[in-house]
Amino acid sequence: MPLFKNADAARETAMLAFTIRRALQALGVLLAVGIIAFAMFRFAGDPVNQIVSIDTPAAEREEVRRSLGLDDPVPVQFGRYFLRAAQGNFGISYQFRQPVAQLLIDRMPATLELAFCATVFALTFGILMGVYSALRRDSLLSKLFQAVSLVGISLPTFLIGILLIYLFSVTLGLLPSYGRGDTVRLGWWTSGLFTLSGLKALIMPSITLGLFQMTLIMRLVRAEMLEVLRSDYIRFARARGLKTRAIHFGHALKNTLVPVITIAGLQLGAIIAFAIITETVFQWPGMGLLFVQAVQNVDIPIMAAYLLLVAAIFVTINLIVDILYTVVDPRLRSTLRQPV
Amino acid sequence: MPLDRGLRAFYGTRPEGEAAFLASKIAVSRNKSPASQSRGLPAENDRMLKRSLLLAATAAAFLSATALGAGAATVRYANQGDLKSLDPYTLNETTTNAHLGNVYEGLTSRGKDLAIGPGLAERWEMLEGGKRWMFYLRKGVKFHNGNDFTADDVLFSADRVRAQGSNFLTRVPKDAKFTKVDDYTVEVTLPTPNPIMHYQWDTWYIMDKEWAEQNNATAPTPASAQTPGHAALNTNGTGPFRIESHQPGVRTVFKANPTWWNDAKKEHNITEVIFTPIGNDATRVAALLSGEVDIIEPVPIQDIARINASPNARTLTGPEVRTIFLSFDQVRDELLSSNVKGKNPFKDKRVREAFYKAIDIETIKSRVMRNLATPSALMIAPEFFPLSKEFTRPKYDPDGAKKLLAEAGYPNGFEVGMNCPTDRYVNDGEICQAAVGMLARVGIKINPIFEPKAQYFAKVLKAGGYQTSFYLLGWTPGTGDPHNVLYDIMGCRDNPQSTRGESNLGGYCNKKLDELTDKILVEADASKRTGMIAEAFKIGNEDFGYIPLHQQALAWGVSKKFSIPQRADNEILFYWARKE
Repeated sequence: MPLFKNADAARETAMLAFTIRRALQALGVLLAVGIIAFAMFRFAGDPVNQIVSIDTPAAEREEVRRSLGLDDPVPVQFGRYFLRAAQGNFGISYQFRQPVAQLLIDRMPATLELAFCATVFALTFGILMGVYSALRRDSLLSKLFQAVSLVGISLPTFLIGILLIYLFSVTLGLLPSYGRGDTVRLGWWTSGLFTLSGLKALIMPSITLGLFQMTLIMRLVRAEMLEVLRSDYIRFARARGLKTRAIHFGHALKNTLVPVITIAGLQLGAIIAFAIITETVFQWPGMGLLFVQAVQNVDIPIMAAYLLLVAAIFVTINLIVDILYTVVDPRLRSTLRQPV
Repeated sequence: MPLDRGLRAFYGTRPEGEAAFLASKIAVSRNKSPASQSRGLPAENDRMLKRSLLLAATAAAFLSATALGAGAATVRYANQGDLKSLDPYTLNETTTNAHLGNVYEGLTSRGKDLAIGPGLAERWEMLEGGKRWMFYLRKGVKFHNGNDFTADDVLFSADRVRAQGSNFLTRVPKDAKFTKVDDYTVEVTLPTPNPIMHYQWDTWYIMDKEWAEQNNATAPTPASAQTPGHAALNTNGTGPFRIESHQPGVRTVFKANPTWWNDAKKEHNITEVIFTPIGNDATRVAALLSGEVDIIEPVPIQDIARINASPNARTLTGPEVRTIFLSFDQVRDELLSSNVKGKNPFKDKRVREAFYKAIDIETIKSRVMRNLATPSALMIAPEFFPLSKEFTRPKYDPDGAKKLLAEAGYPNGFEVGMNCPTDRYVNDGEICQAAVGMLARVGIKINPIFEPKAQYFAKVLKAGGYQTSFYLLGWTPGTGDPHNVLYDIMGCRDNPQSTRGESNLGGYCNKKLDELTDKILVEADASKRTGMIAEAFKIGNEDFGYIPLHQQALAWGVSKKFSIPQRADNEILFYWARKE
């Protein structure tokens, strides 16, 4: 018994050290993203041109430039920004004259809901199609799935989006071509999940955003499943005379899902970050659209805050996945003690 | 290992592909968007998606639906650009001014033909040749919050529009003194005569003094502010519409103002306008074709035919007052990017004339602009200058151009760089491409740099050090008067103390033209003034300082149930709109 306690304590210490180490790494990542972002901003154009009209006298322009601190050297600008950001002040958007944090919070529900729906779509159809095409490898439907997955991987997101719009909005008139439809307010969160027009508006953007993930998951499930089905324990299970159904779904699929969950988790970050294109095509009022508009208008406060936010999302998801690994797979725990 | 495979797929393929796409998306011209790729699909849909019903299953009790009922006269409007700040003094830009022109009013107004008419001032008098002005204000006008409009509001607005953070500093001369004679009379005095002082006052919107003071909004929010201003999110005008809700960059709802002073004689039948910015061309066009919106601006040129062929929408096109032109660096002793060293070929008038004659404007009009452009011999649109018909472009003459180049000492032509925006004007990148081809025929090798406007303007404007040798630019005189063009674009920029010629990117300079410009500013006699303007433009044309190309066309897409006059300054104003 005491042996167990010791092991538990050691594991907890290791876990704590691991978490602290990862948190420090996360800070480093954020700092690096900030430095790279600030180094890139001067190639984005001159923000002053977007703040004032073209016929604005030069003296007035210089006044704006000076008041924004844009005439300071880049390291000074970066330092000032980071000091403020560390205190939770992300500044005021040049174009909207609103606090950036508020703008991002206002836009966040749209992006997260879209990402959530896209993930659900990708997981549901990806797993179903993957399992089917692994079990009935030679059927016509499997070949169709394979073909669809090829389309999903090779067609660019914006093209899929526009094709959907022309088919379902312009030609058939079934679904809205832009926006979120009507939303309901739940505290600070706005949701389109509770109105008919909101749900309708979610369909095409979710498919567009989730299609790549769906094909990825489908191919992953198929490959994993085929491999698992060949393994010894499945053969033993067959030899024991278990029902095919139990073997396929009780044993094979369960073992297939471990890497799928990992990928899906990691992909969630990608879906949030790369919703930019889908949001642009569907005029989806999320953070990605805000970012694209900010790039076009050289709105540095929004660009900087968005990049930091996305970096933070990635770091957090990776951290959670790393920790979950050790929970799911006891064999990985031993690696915790070694420095990463 | 499958996990690795998945990770590779994730880290290897996806982000790079997306990033590359994003980069190209940002760089792509607005008229080259994917719309063209899906052109030709039929558009049969005739009805928009109906308004929302809350799903019966949801607990409606704690949900407050923001759903808006679709009244008969609800107009849905999509524009490429955002409505960023609601403060009428923050950004002097057409789309913003038009939006706010539905809400706020100026002392003057401009009609459907851009003619100046009375606004919040019923009438005015110009005295002492433009040194003293009397404005007689309209009585019985109320702001949306019920406050009365009086002379105090005019005096307050005159201060606010000239305060730090305003982008409209030039709307009201810095040294103009405003005096309240009585509640409905304002006197303005100037140290020097200015007969066109009120030309831009239709977009100098009058704000309520009391409201601004109550809400701590007595100055416009500068871009460097650390706290947002009340006026950036709220409005209180005197105009035909008020803003009910505004989510920056997402959606803005305007409601008709029943207490508008002119409500009895109003021309519109609109009760509500819902504005959504839709940046993507293909999506905007699709929204119009599917009947989800009633009006879009702009329509990409290549989509006009498709919209006109659809059963429920049409396009409105007409000339815009913006003039697109080419010009050259005529200041530097050696061009920034050219194979001619030690001298600047553009200082030679013959070279500039050769460039002018090498441009086949009719081809640009018919091929690049699909006939949606009006070739121009002047740097100003005919709407703003009555004598413009008397000016003609020199004929397209490539042989003459070659001869001129040979005379100037370049029988084999030369190489020069060109700067061109790709997302600012209608088909701007394509116009440059066409010009490159035309100049190649006379032996000039152009090395074009195509850039999005953010990068382009960062280089070519004064703040960027006028870094260009040959460029394309478009200009709308904000005042609606040729003086603005003669001063800002065609004036010498050799005096660093003066604002003259600050937008003269190539530095064309002729002192005789400057002298005339100064006289034009103070001349109160209209016909004398027009004569002097003609003389000034003649000097500019004879110098071949600029190659005016055309006035580009406006293209709005509207539902067949909707009608609105198309004003040549591209302002969409709903107080003239009607919907069946």
